[in-house]
Amino acid sequence: MGKPTLAPLALMVLALTPLSARAEATPSPPRQQWSFDGIFGTYDRAAAQRGFQVYKEVCSACHPVKHLYFRDLADLGYNEDEVKAIASTYQVTNEQPNDQGQMFQRPARPSDSIPGPFPNDQAARVANNGALPPDLSMIVKARDGGPDYVFGILTGYKDPPPAFNLLPGMNYNEYFPGHQIAMPPPLSDNAVTFADGTSATVPQMAHDVVTFLTWAAEPNLEPRHRTGFKVMMFLIVMAGIFYAAKRKIWATAH
Amino acid sequence: MAQTSLGATSRIIRWIDHRLPFVAMLQRELYDYPTPRNLSYWWNFGSLSGIMLVVMIVTGIFLAMQYTPHADLAFDSVERIMRDVDWGWMLRYAHMNGASMFFALVYIHLFRGLYYGSYKQPRELLWILGVIILILMIMTAFMGYVLPWGQMSYWAATVITNLFSAIPLIGQSIVTFLWGGFTVGNPTLNRFYALHYLLPFVILAVVLLHLIALHRFGSNNPLGIDKRGPQDTLPFHPYFTIKDLFGLAVFLLIYSFFVFYAPNFLGSSDNYIPANPMQTPNHIVPEWYLLPYYAILRSVPNKLLGVILAFGSIFLMFLVPWLDTSPVRSARFRPVYKWVFWLLVIDVIALGWVGANPPEGLVVTVGQIATLYYFVHFLVLFPVIGKLERPRPLPASIAAAVLQGGTGARLGTAGAPVAKP
Amino acid sequence: MADLTQQNVSGAHAEETRRDFLILTATAVGAVGVAATIWPFIASLNPARDTLALATTEVDLAPVQVGQRLTVAWRGKPVFIDHRTPEEIKTAEDVNISDLRDPQPDSARVKKPEWLVIIGVCTHLGCIPLGQKTGDDRGPYGGWFCPCHGSIYDTSGRIRQGPAPANLVVPPYEFTGDTMIKIG
Repeated sequence: MGKPTLAPLALMVLALTPLSARAEATPSPPRQQWSFDGIFGTYDRAAAQRGFQVYKEVCSACHPVKHLYFRDLADLGYNEDEVKAIASTYQVTNEQPNDQGQMFQRPARPSDSIPGPFPNDQAARVANNGALPPDLSMIVKARDGGPDYVFGILTGYKDPPPAFNLLPGMNYNEYFPGHQIAMPPPLSDNAVTFADGTSATVPQMAHDVVTFLTWAAEPNLEPRHRTGFKVMMFLIVMAGIFYAAKRKIWATAH
Repeated sequence: MAQTSLGATSRIIRWIDHRLPFVAMLQRELYDYPTPRNLSYWWNFGSLSGIMLVVMIVTGIFLAMQYTPHADLAFDSVERIMRDVDWGWMLRYAHMNGASMFFALVYIHLFRGLYYGSYKQPRELLWILGVIILILMIMTAFMGYVLPWGQMSYWAATVITNLFSAIPLIGQSIVTFLWGGFTVGNPTLNRFYALHYLLPFVILAVVLLHLIALHRFGSNNPLGIDKRGPQDTLPFHPYFTIKDLFGLAVFLLIYSFFVFYAPNFLGSSDNYIPANPMQTPNHIVPEWYLLPYYAILRSVPNKLLGVILAFGSIFLMFLVPWLDTSPVRSARFRPVYKWVFWLLVIDVIALGWVGANPPEGLVVTVGQIATLYYFVHFLVLFPVIGKLERPRPLPASIAAAVLQGGTGARLGTAGAPVAKP
Repeated sequence: MADLTQQNVSGAHAEETRRDFLILTATAVGAVGVAATIWPFIASLNPARDTLALATTEVDLAPVQVGQRLTVAWRGKPVFIDHRTPEEIKTAEDVNISDLRDPQPDSARVKKPEWLVIIGVCTHLGCIPLGQKTGDDRGPYGGWFCPCHGSIYDTSGRIRQGPAPANLVVPPYEFTGDTMIKIG
């Protein structure tokens, strides 16, 4: 066609740019540095393990992670015995009733999913003033802004500005759409004592739990990146060979 | 290549071919098939689209082996595919991003047709079959998007099926009928699954008809003039098989980038929230390839008219061969239409932007202007420009133009313009 | 178009060789690409990780008294665990192997003689034999009795009478402790 095709293409890219939370000029959370950023990103296993500890000791009081199984924790670096030990600290309902026809509890096994704090959504609401704490296994993918957004929420609690009408029972948060979030600030300094001695500041805990939650939402990120690299390299070579073949075949035709 | 001396094998093939001439057909339609020698890379998009159809069917079938089409289990079954099935994440991301790629390719293919007049006599039916394919694709994609049963799945299904309630008198009954219930629910999911599995094979059949129609007169070309003899063409194999393969490699690079490095860029994060009939997402937005139609729908203040115009924007495409009155096919030789074409491209992108954003302020104004322009472009500009425009002189032949090494527009003698139907 | 008769013949030949090589390479690379693409589709049909997680079952044998039998589920099938009495062990060991339809000494079927671990699926047509619950008919050999077509198994789970062709299958298992086994 010979006409500028760049302008329409640029417009298309602009039109496709996903819009972050647009509710009434809520600011976008600042970009953070993550170990899993970029095409060569990986999960910092130490941070993810600390994050799992934060989840277990703080978040799991209200938030389930139903898509995670105990066996998945092996991917974070826990060995088989550690996984079994972690699982056995939880009680789950057996799939089948006992011989008397009653459902009963038993210690969890690695093949079980991690049980949530409440038996159902209604019980969760009752315990949380009517609000339903969302499941966290997908939260990083389920929010625009992903890990930066969740980090922003966890570290974004502050006093409301003077004229702000904060409804009773709500908390002011810088990055939550509408600024009013039902969840009270979950993190405070040293809420958790990390086994590896890392200082448990709020930003540190937030960073680690977000690393854990990103892994929880996208456990296959590393194989995906690795396969992607091989695929792209192969395709570049293949495209080169095909192009050379094309030129050779067409040499006599032009 | 002629049969090699693989004795027994070629005898078996000849035995079959004598009774069911598939080799002879392949030889004719794929090897020898005379293709205009001046085709540009804009002609790669047809074969690329066909390949994407196959990719979508194959990934879809393997996903279907693991997916559970029940409202209570669908979301979790998709997560199981993503987490526990070997390579399941790749199947899912390939299918999800493949849909976007498929539409991108088909839209480029369609706009190529609009620019070069590939819809003009004698290829009107070829064009119409293409529009049918597009409509089937839209239906398939819409139903497929419901299957993961996320928030966007559920609410997009609700909004779009509710459109039918705009039909006077019987509208609501039709909607209840479509739903199989009083809201979008499990019956809806199940029937969408069955139809989503079925329609791609219907598309396959229409693609076959599309190819038969194409081969009747052969491909159009950037000059828009008919071929006059063997000097104007090259056999499809090896010239265009290798060119298509190269184009495929480049396309796969782009596709792979999305699948492996940005698999959720084109999607909506809301669809990772399980469907909740009691809570509507803040912004219900369809996938990008449906945004222009969505924008047209919302730009019209009247519900029924909005529905008519939104569906109409696609059905209008059927009329394109008759709306365009120009005796010349290719925009290369149409100095006015050439620029107006790009206005349509910008208009469609603007409509996409409008559809992606909440309908407030500037978005509404742009939406209304862009919707108006869309219909003006087809209903007014197409017929008028064709009549009033003075086309540039056409080259004598494809071969002559290729030998000249350019568009051939410098040749003094005009070739015969395309006969009007 | 270049006039070939004027060209050096060996030059033309070299061109063709280069072109053929290129085409050969392109075909080979394409074939590798196709094969590499097909593989993940086939692999996706393998048992998924959630299925594999249930591939092994650990059983605590401590609560099973001598003479008691326990049924556990393993890979969707019942597994019979029998804490055999000394009499049952002796009866199993004393059988003349050549009398058996499916000859197998008792020692080949157990790791510790007092623990018999067998899959509770009749080798005839797949019913679950009786004998696990108190009061069940164990058949004349004190083992198990399949009610579907009358196959009778002894205290080592070997077929003695009836239509079944083979002994009850011993699954792969190992003792991970004195009274803990891991099946699978």
